[in-house]
Amino acid sequence: MELTRRDAIAALAAAGVAGGGAVLVASDRDRGSESNDDEGATNDAHEDIVETATALAPVLYPSEVDDAAEFVRTYVTGRIENDDDHRTGMADAVAALDAHASEEFESNFRELSPEQGDRLLTDVGLDRVRPDPAGSDLERIRFYLVNELLYALFSSPTGGELVGTENPPGHPGGLESYQGAQR
Amino acid sequence: MSATDQESETNGSANREPSDRADVCVVGAGPAGGIVAHSLAERGHDVVVLEAGPRFSFEERIRRMERHQRPAFDQADVWEMGGERDAFSSSGDLNYPLNDVRVKGVGGTTLHWIGYTPRFHEKDFEMDSRYGLADDWPIAYEDVRPYYAAAEREMGVAGGEDNPFAPPREESFPMDAFPASHSDATLSTACEELGIETHSIPQARNSEAYDDRSQCVGYGTCHPVCPSGAKYSGDVHVRKAEEAGARVLDRVPVQRLEHDDAGERVEAAVYATPDGTEHRQEARQFVLAGGAVETPRLLLLSESEQHPDGLANSSGAVGRYFMDHLLHMTMGVVSEETRQHQVGFSTAATHQFYDHEESTPGSFFVAFLNYAGPSPVELALENGAWGDDVVDAVSREYGTHVGTEALVEQLPDAESRITLDTSRTDDHGNPVPDVAWSIGDHGVRTGERALEVQREIMDEAGARITWSTSPRQPLSGSHPMGTTRMGADPETSVVDERLRTHDLDNLSIASSSVFTTGGAMNPTLTIAALSLKAADHVDEDL
Repeated sequence: MELTRRDAIAALAAAGVAGGGAVLVASDRDRGSESNDDEGATNDAHEDIVETATALAPVLYPSEVDDAAEFVRTYVTGRIENDDDHRTGMADAVAALDAHASEEFESNFRELSPEQGDRLLTDVGLDRVRPDPAGSDLERIRFYLVNELLYALFSSPTGGELVGTENPPGHPGGLESYQGAQR
Repeated sequence: MSATDQESETNGSANREPSDRADVCVVGAGPAGGIVAHSLAERGHDVVVLEAGPRFSFEERIRRMERHQRPAFDQADVWEMGGERDAFSSSGDLNYPLNDVRVKGVGGTTLHWIGYTPRFHEKDFEMDSRYGLADDWPIAYEDVRPYYAAAEREMGVAGGEDNPFAPPREESFPMDAFPASHSDATLSTACEELGIETHSIPQARNSEAYDDRSQCVGYGTCHPVCPSGAKYSGDVHVRKAEEAGARVLDRVPVQRLEHDDAGERVEAAVYATPDGTEHRQEARQFVLAGGAVETPRLLLLSESEQHPDGLANSSGAVGRYFMDHLLHMTMGVVSEETRQHQVGFSTAATHQFYDHEESTPGSFFVAFLNYAGPSPVELALENGAWGDDVVDAVSREYGTHVGTEALVEQLPDAESRITLDTSRTDDHGNPVPDVAWSIGDHGVRTGERALEVQREIMDEAGARITWSTSPRQPLSGSHPMGTTRMGADPETSVVDERLRTHDLDNLSIASSSVFTTGGAMNPTLTIAALSLKAADHVDEDL
């Protein structure tokens, strides 16, 4: 199963990012442009978030998803592009995750293999952590990274199909499908 | 800064000084307040609306939908309920989850309602005459009937003519009904076998574009957020009221009402601005539209030498006769896919059991859920797992659920009531409301019958029942009612048939708090109809 940019835009819509397509054009342009120091720092943080999220995808997403890199890059870019609070929250969670990764593997999370990433999340007990945007390190990792990417996947039609619905709640398509027996 | 702060600072209502001259002051900007304000402003009256909560931006609704779906947030977080502002006590037989069943802000509780708009039946106005139970309303169905039709047009109701149990109506619904869902077929077939007739559900949700709002697109999260605006909410009429010249102040909770020396007319509503400053809004007429908890609370907080038990409370009925609809649910699973959570509203029900012969069990109706069982998105985020494990976990839980819900009638009881809890105060130092909710034997016995019917339907459908409520422990139907009841006798009621208080010449109430009895039909259409009626009477007095 392939996750496309179109799926990412659907996921962004469910996360309240309007005009996802315009965001994508802007993000592509930004990645290719030169920047001053302040912008450079922001872009570095931006890239850290995107690369960490991209490294998390093969851990978090089911094996049926072939390649989620473009989907995740598109989604995360749209999510943090114009939302300073969310960008700060995600950057903070990336730093917390990297601290755990450094402790166990002496490396940032984005440099781990999927197997190592899965082991790390399991070792720190993230499967038993409640998400909380204002909570502990692990609770913020669960909220801003793990649940963020799971929300992106399962609120999109393609992700919904993995669990039996092409119109998951949050996706504006149910009126066309609710009378039908077939997906 | 929260989204709400940003909205309130940029909404153009930052001037919270009182108006120099107002014909009407409306307290509360939910559907009742909005409809009253619009109706009167449209007729050329100067109207000021005072709303305790904020003005929410429409664009933020999708973020609120995400908040609803992500397990880090509670139900009350979606519309920012809770904290000192909304503190309350619950001391009755049953816990009352007040902040889960209301929203404070422009649009009020309809921001998170499900949107069903049945009319009350004739019997609901005649409980004493027909059954020797409780009291008759001082008005009959026929008196409200033209207002029901007007309210259906105002709110935009989609409905069908296929309900043989509905009260008489004079014209078609403004929009066609939503057709039955795929999962409805499973339960409707079972009903057919049992001799139970099913039909569509009238609802204030656009089955086509209506009143400059879009057709429903099926986000599937109607309760508590409709991101498209296809579901009616009270902010629609607040906006129309403003366009007609009304002035709406948000985040200005009214602290008390002040009256003249004789205690016969209200002179001013005293409200507080966000910085704590108090102002007096004077007006010729006042309309309270703050719902069945805050309205009696405000009257009780406005006690004076002339009204020592609270304003408009010579009967002692203010706060008493608190009712809700008892919500009984029966959930189960079947062997086939039911495709739940495609939409967030129901599309089939039966009102066959509503007009009963014997007094008890009383009225109830049963509806089929299109959102039974857990949402796949919420499951994925709550389960804790990831990778293939999360798909396995969600797939095990999602797909074959069915569910029924019944709204059940309870009778008014003087001891089921709202009082002031003087041991706790809100953010302005006022005693908080205490909700002492009890449901009575009639409610319990009617609930038993409703659960029996639900079980028969589920059994006939071959469903394995996984959970149900119990007769003495219903859920709240989220429909508080009855606390400033309507009646002809000033000794036993708070407002008359014109919705004006018996005790004060220029004080009216537009709310479910005026319901003499509560029936078992969702109350908002009746609230809207009575609000239009109240507006007519206020207009006559101006």
